[in-house]
Amino acid sequence: MSTQLVDSPTPGAGTASLRRGIRIRDYGIVIALLAIVVALSVSTDTFLTTSNLVNLLDQCSVVGLLAAGATICIISGVFDLTASASLAVSAIVGVQVVRIAGVAVGFGAAVVAGALLGFLTGSIVVRSGVNSFIATLATSIIYRGLAVVVTAGAIAYPLADQADDFGTLTWPSLFGLTSATVVFLVVVIALGFLVSSTTFGRRVYAVGGNIEAARLSGIRVGQVQIAAYVVSGICSALAGLILASRAGSAQSSMATGMELSAIAAAVIGGTSILGGEGAIWRGVVGALLLTLIGNGFNLLGWDTTYQQVVQGCLILLAVTVDQYLRNRNR
Amino acid sequence: MPVTLRRAPDLTVRGIGKSYSGVSVLRDVDLDIPSGEVHSLVGENGAGKSTLLKILGGAVRADQGSIAVDGRPVTVHTPRDAIRAGVGLISQEGALVPARTVLENVFLGRWANSWGFARRGSDRAVFDELIELTGFDVDPRERVGRLSIGVQQQVEILRALARGTRVLAMDEPTAVLSEHEKDNLLALIRRLAAAGTTVLLVSHFLDEVLSVSTRVTVLRDGNLVLTDDAARLTPRTLVEHMVGRQIDVLYPQPVPVADDAPVRLSASALSRGPVQGVDLEVRAGEILGIAGLVGSGRSETLRLLFGADRLAAGEVRIDGQPLSSLSPRTAMAAGMALVPESRKEQGLVMSRSVRENVALASLSARRRGPFVEGGSERSAVREVSDAVDIRAAKPDAAIQTLSGGNQQKALFAKWLLRKPSVLLIDEPTRGVDVAAKSQIHRMIVDLAADGMAVVVVSSEIEELLELSHRAIVLRHGRVVGEFPRGTPRERVIAAAFGDEEPTATPGRAAGRTGPATAPGAPPDATVPPSAAAKENA
Repeated sequence: MSTQLVDSPTPGAGTASLRRGIRIRDYGIVIALLAIVVALSVSTDTFLTTSNLVNLLDQCSVVGLLAAGATICIISGVFDLTASASLAVSAIVGVQVVRIAGVAVGFGAAVVAGALLGFLTGSIVVRSGVNSFIATLATSIIYRGLAVVVTAGAIAYPLADQADDFGTLTWPSLFGLTSATVVFLVVVIALGFLVSSTTFGRRVYAVGGNIEAARLSGIRVGQVQIAAYVVSGICSALAGLILASRAGSAQSSMATGMELSAIAAAVIGGTSILGGEGAIWRGVVGALLLTLIGNGFNLLGWDTTYQQVVQGCLILLAVTVDQYLRNRNR
Repeated sequence: MPVTLRRAPDLTVRGIGKSYSGVSVLRDVDLDIPSGEVHSLVGENGAGKSTLLKILGGAVRADQGSIAVDGRPVTVHTPRDAIRAGVGLISQEGALVPARTVLENVFLGRWANSWGFARRGSDRAVFDELIELTGFDVDPRERVGRLSIGVQQQVEILRALARGTRVLAMDEPTAVLSEHEKDNLLALIRRLAAAGTTVLLVSHFLDEVLSVSTRVTVLRDGNLVLTDDAARLTPRTLVEHMVGRQIDVLYPQPVPVADDAPVRLSASALSRGPVQGVDLEVRAGEILGIAGLVGSGRSETLRLLFGADRLAAGEVRIDGQPLSSLSPRTAMAAGMALVPESRKEQGLVMSRSVRENVALASLSARRRGPFVEGGSERSAVREVSDAVDIRAAKPDAAIQTLSGGNQQKALFAKWLLRKPSVLLIDEPTRGVDVAAKSQIHRMIVDLAADGMAVVVVSSEIEELLELSHRAIVLRHGRVVGEFPRGTPRERVIAAAFGDEEPTATPGRAAGRTGPATAPGAPPDATVPPSAAAKENA
C-alpha cells in the first residue's frame, strides 16, 4: 500500500515538470511553427534576416496581444468578442487625451479605458448570465457604435507637433526590436506568469474547467471572469495604441474582425475552447503562426489572394490534429 | 422494427483486450452468456468492467478479440454497429436529448416515417406495447429534461427495447436510484430475462448482484478472475476475488460522542425548493446521517447548510453563532466543508492536476504575494494525499487519469487541507471501488473521533446507518423521523416511504399535515406510485 505521491528523486521540481512537459501532444504546435520557420529559412534567403525577423515580431505584436487576452478569457470559460471594438474605443480615447494632455497621459488613458471597457463587458456577461458569445457580440456592436459616436465618423489625429512622439511605439528599442514588440513581449511574459504561477491563474483555470466546483470551493467565479475581461481589455488597448502609433491616427473602423483572428490564434495554439485548459504562450505561438503565413506569402512571392484560404485551412488542420491527439490519449 | 424479445441469443466474447496509451485495461477476456441469463460483471474501479461494456456497446473499440451474437461474429466499431447487432448499452452517463420528448427519444434516429415525414401514431403504438411490457409509467409527451434520473433511465431502457435489443448491457444502473426504484428495476431485469433477453449488468452493489444474477464474472486489473453461478457465491467471496486478498468488509464503528460534546452545527427551519423547514443539530464528534428517497431534499439540505443554494428561510449556526449572508465562502470561513454529490460536475476540475484540485479550496493559505507558494503547497498536498491514501503516479498527474476511488479521496483531501470543523458529505462513496470505500468509511469515523461534526447523506441505507451515530429521515423536505444507531433498516426505509407503523417519532405529524404534500400526490416524480402498483399487479 505504498503511496507514490512523491516527486522523483531528481533535484528540484523544475526538472520533473520539464521532463513531463516534453510530449509531442503538448508541443505539436511548436513543432509545426519550427517546421514553417525551417521551410522558409531554406526556401528563401530573405527570411532569416534581422530586418525580416524584427518586422515579423512587430507585425505579430497586435494580434499577439489580442490572442493573449483571448486566451485568458477562454481559459476562464468565456469569449471576448469585444476585443477589436475595445481596441478602437481605447485608441480613440487615447488620441483625444493625447491632444489635451500629451502623449504619455494619453497612452495611460487608453489603457485605463481598455480596462474599464473590459470591466464593463465582464460585468454585463456575469450579471446578465447571457452566454458570453452572444453577450459580447452585442456589446462589441455597442462599443463599435460608441467609437463612431465619439469620432463622429472622422479620423482622430494627435496635434501636429505631437506626431513624432505619438509614433513612439514604432521606434526601434531593445535589441533592435520595435517598441511595440517590446511591449508585446513584456506583457505576454507577465501574463504568462499571471496565469501559470499566481493564485489568480489557478482560479482562472478552475472557473473555466468546472465553474460549480470552483464556486463550491469558495472562489468568487464572477469576479474571476470579470478580471479576465479586464486583462483582455488592457491587451486590446495596448494593441490599439500600437496600431494608432503606426498609423499616426485612430478611427472607429480600426482592426475590424481582429477579435476572431485572436480567438483563432488561441485555438491554433492548443487552448481548448471548452475552457480550463491552455496557456498564454500557446496564444502567442498561434499568433506567430498566423503572422508567419502572411510573411511567407510575401517572401515567396506567392499571390496573397490565397492567403486567407491557407490561414483557414491551417486553423482547421491545427484543431483537427489537436482533437485527434487528445482523443487518442483518452 | 417490431419489438422482438423472444429470440435471445448467446453472447460470446473471445479474447477481448484493450489498452490506453500502453496501459492495459482489459486482457484476454472470454465470456459465454446463454439466452435469458442475467450476467453480472463485478470488480473494483479500474478493473475494466465499464470498458468491456463500452466495447460491447460500440462506444470504445477493442484492440483484440471477437464478439459473436447468436453464434454470428459481429463487428462492433460504432454504437450503430452495436445497435444493428442487437446490443443495447445503458451507460452511466445518460445518452438522451433532454430538450425533446420521451417519445422522440425512445425512437431516436429511427422514427417511423413516410418520405421523411414523422408518423408519430405508429411510434406511439409501439411505445404503448413497450409500456405494457415493462410496466413503466412514463408520459410519452413529457420533455426528457424534466424527468428525474430514475425515469430517464427507464426511457433509455425503453429505447433499447424499441431497437430490438437482444443483449441489454447496463453500467451501474442502480447507482442513481432510490431503494424503491432499484427494486422495480431489478424486477424488470428478471422479467426481461425470463422473456429471453440477455442482460449484462455492471454493479458495485454485491447483494443486488447476487440476488438478480444467474452467473457472475469477477474482473481484476483487466483480467477475468472468476465466472461462477451466483448461487455459489457470497458478497465476501466476491470481494475476495475482486481485491485478490481477504479484506474486512465490516463497517468501522463510530466512536461514541462525549456527553459534554458541544453542539457544533445547528440549523432551524431551513427552506428552499424541496426543503420545507428542516431542523437539525450535530455535536462535535458526531456523525449525523440524513436518509430519504431521491427527491426528499437530502442533498438540497446539505447544499443549504453550505450556502451552495441561497436560503429562502431559516438559519444556520456554527457553535451557536448564526451565519449571516450564507454562501460557500462564509460557510468555509466558519469552518464548514462540503463534499458534493457528483465529483465530476460539482467537485473536481477534471482538466487539472491532482495537486491543483487538492489545493483549490485553500489557495490563499499558501501564497507569496500573488504567487502560489509552490514548495509549501507541494508538501501540504503530499501530506494530506498520503493521509487519505490517494494513489496517483504523481501529484501533477491529471485528475481524470485517476480511478473513481482516488478521485473521491482527492475530493476529501481538498477539504481536509482546510482542517474544517464541520464536514458535510453527500454520497461519500458513489462509484467507488470496495477497497477505497472502506478506506473512506474509516476516514469518516476517524475524523469524527477527532472532534469533527459530520453530516452524511447516502442513498445506500446500509452505509448511512452503519456510519452514523444518529439518522434523521426526510420526506418531502421535512424531517419525519429520527433514529438512534442500531435501528433496523426496515423501519428507516418505512419512514422514508411514509408508511411506517405508528410510532412516537417527532416529525411524523408534520409530514402528514403539510399542505403541499397531499397524500397520494407526491410532488417529486421519482417514486411514481402507479408504477409500483403495476409492479405488484
